[in-house]
Amino acid sequence: MSTPYRDFDLAQHSLRELNHYLHHEVKQAAGTPVRVFNPDGAHSIACGVDTAVQIDVMGHAGYYVGGMNQHAQITVHGNASTGAGENMMSGLVRIKGFASTSAGASAHGGCLIIEGDASLRCGISLKGGDIVVGGSVGSFSAFMAQAGRLVICGDAGDALGDSLYEAIIYVRGEVKSLGADARFEPMLPEDHAAVTQLLTVAGFTHPSSEFRKVASARGLYHWNADANQEY
Amino acid sequence: MSANEYRGPLSQEESATFDRNVIDYVQRAAATGLYEIRGLGAKRKLPHFDDLLLLGASLSRYPLEGYREKCTTRTVLGTRYASKPLELDIPITVAGMSFGALSANVKEALGRAATETGTSTTTGDGGMTDEERNASKHLVYQCLPSRYGFNPDDVRRADAIEIVIGQGAKPGGGGMLLGQKVNPRVAKMRTLPAGVDQRSASRHPDWTGPDDLAIKIRELREITDWQKPIYVKVGATRVFHDVKLAVHSGADVVVVDGMQGGTAATQTVFIEHVGIPTLAAVRQAVDALEDLNMTGQVQLIVSGGIRSGADIAKALAMGADAVSIGQGMLFALGCNSSSYMRAGQHIDAQADYAALGTRPGYCHHCHTGRCPVGVTTQDALLEQRLEVETGARRVRNYLKTLTMELTTLARACGKQDVHHLEREDLVALTVEAAAMAGVPLAGTDWIPGR
Repeated sequence: MSTPYRDFDLAQHSLRELNHYLHHEVKQAAGTPVRVFNPDGAHSIACGVDTAVQIDVMGHAGYYVGGMNQHAQITVHGNASTGAGENMMSGLVRIKGFASTSAGASAHGGCLIIEGDASLRCGISLKGGDIVVGGSVGSFSAFMAQAGRLVICGDAGDALGDSLYEAIIYVRGEVKSLGADARFEPMLPEDHAAVTQLLTVAGFTHPSSEFRKVASARGLYHWNADANQEY
Repeated sequence: MSANEYRGPLSQEESATFDRNVIDYVQRAAATGLYEIRGLGAKRKLPHFDDLLLLGASLSRYPLEGYREKCTTRTVLGTRYASKPLELDIPITVAGMSFGALSANVKEALGRAATETGTSTTTGDGGMTDEERNASKHLVYQCLPSRYGFNPDDVRRADAIEIVIGQGAKPGGGGMLLGQKVNPRVAKMRTLPAGVDQRSASRHPDWTGPDDLAIKIRELREITDWQKPIYVKVGATRVFHDVKLAVHSGADVVVVDGMQGGTAATQTVFIEHVGIPTLAAVRQAVDALEDLNMTGQVQLIVSGGIRSGADIAKALAMGADAVSIGQGMLFALGCNSSSYMRAGQHIDAQADYAALGTRPGYCHHCHTGRCPVGVTTQDALLEQRLEVETGARRVRNYLKTLTMELTTLARACGKQDVHHLEREDLVALTVEAAAMAGVPLAGTDWIPGR
């Protein structure tokens, strides 16, 4: 028997109809997955969902897909524009393709998986969520990231982890440069366990031994007259 | 008599360029290698609402009976797109101030007073506390660059959302909260280690520029099912253009904060040298709305040094729909008082001011967290110096006074509704104020530059 889906065709339905359903009626249709056809880069698809429901976006998504997500399992079968999974609190957002700038910005929880590359500022202001990027990330990724983990299977651009607080970055490839107050630290057993667990969730098989750890040197936690460009 | 024998009076000639304040600044910089950080707003003298006067009714205008005829103050904000605009009893709102900068007691007191007077209060750069949500009938939830504590549950339980681009005390700058105020509760709400000097971003993490802002606003509308008004707050600099861009981006309400606006902690050089006065900002904001033919569709809230009912009447006459007050609320709570209240008794706090190197009337040491009257502190003992009940009563009294002053002036100008005050009711005392506010110099019909 085929799985019953609740389908929305954005060529026929408005975004407001879709999101209204995902905010309200979906709670009475527990367990019925949702498919979104013809997204055509529409912005704010499936933002503000607060229900454990599976949502498949069958194409490319615009800004803020899965924004502020709580509990939902959202898969974008294409690329995503700016702010994919921004400020998500829980659940999972998976981008099968590439993600534009600020993916997972200020995410407090849940897991964002980007199977391709992510652009600038991936994980900016991260506040507790996990992000796994199958490819590379652009400059200023994890800028001012406060908590949570960013796993980068490819390379990182300039200023990785600039002004980091307590978030941890694991990077497998080359790092063009580290940002202010970010430094490499030894991989401890718990780091290997964390990388292995996150890669398993994401469906990647790289050994954790190929990753390096970047964390805050905590040198900017208090005013420092000798670091005047960092304030 | 030789020059060496002259015994005239000591020189009292102070340099205008290097006066005692400047010398003190240079010597402090030389001693510490750090810039000064402080609280509150610009202390320099600026053109302000005091430089305008209202023209009361006479033969050519008909006044209302001051003590008998009603003058309404109802104010509706967010009518452009929101299905649930804010309906307030007065056009005086409480400005955004963070839990972190202020204690939980203060946030609760502000909420209670705002509720009792039928107006709104606003969160700040630290998220929403249960105390202020439960105390506030109308609560505006700020979305700031830092996104500290920002979450969808609080988005849904807010009554309006204010996207903060900047504030008048530091347009272009990010927030700041020094480690002594980052106690465990503040740290948890902001996902920061306790005790760190917190430096907030000056740009939002997930959008850049007005085209992106339009998409961000639509996201927030989608999340809230298009129910809640979306405000956009800008620090006053290029106000004409910024207001236009905010309107183009889809704002229901634009908040313009002039350079007299306060801060919990910012570099002094920033406070005193960046931005434009509120008086000039109001004119530019109103011009922008008129230029877009959006007057009445997009509401304008003005803030930055609003103190009295006269200031409010003049701001409304210039075209604002409402004002927002931060520092005035703090003073109402007891900021810069020589004493605080405990169980109905005044307790002298002057020794605590002295310990900070200041005294009542001059204190701007919000950044230290050692507020002698318990307003801008996270210290467990100091915050008890502000009792919620006392604070709420004082703020309520202040709001009532402002409202009575406002309606008194509006009636004198012949208005049955404070929103009927108009530019034609104003004149300026100085050429500068006339040019900035776009109203005639008193006794003339001359508006410089127009």
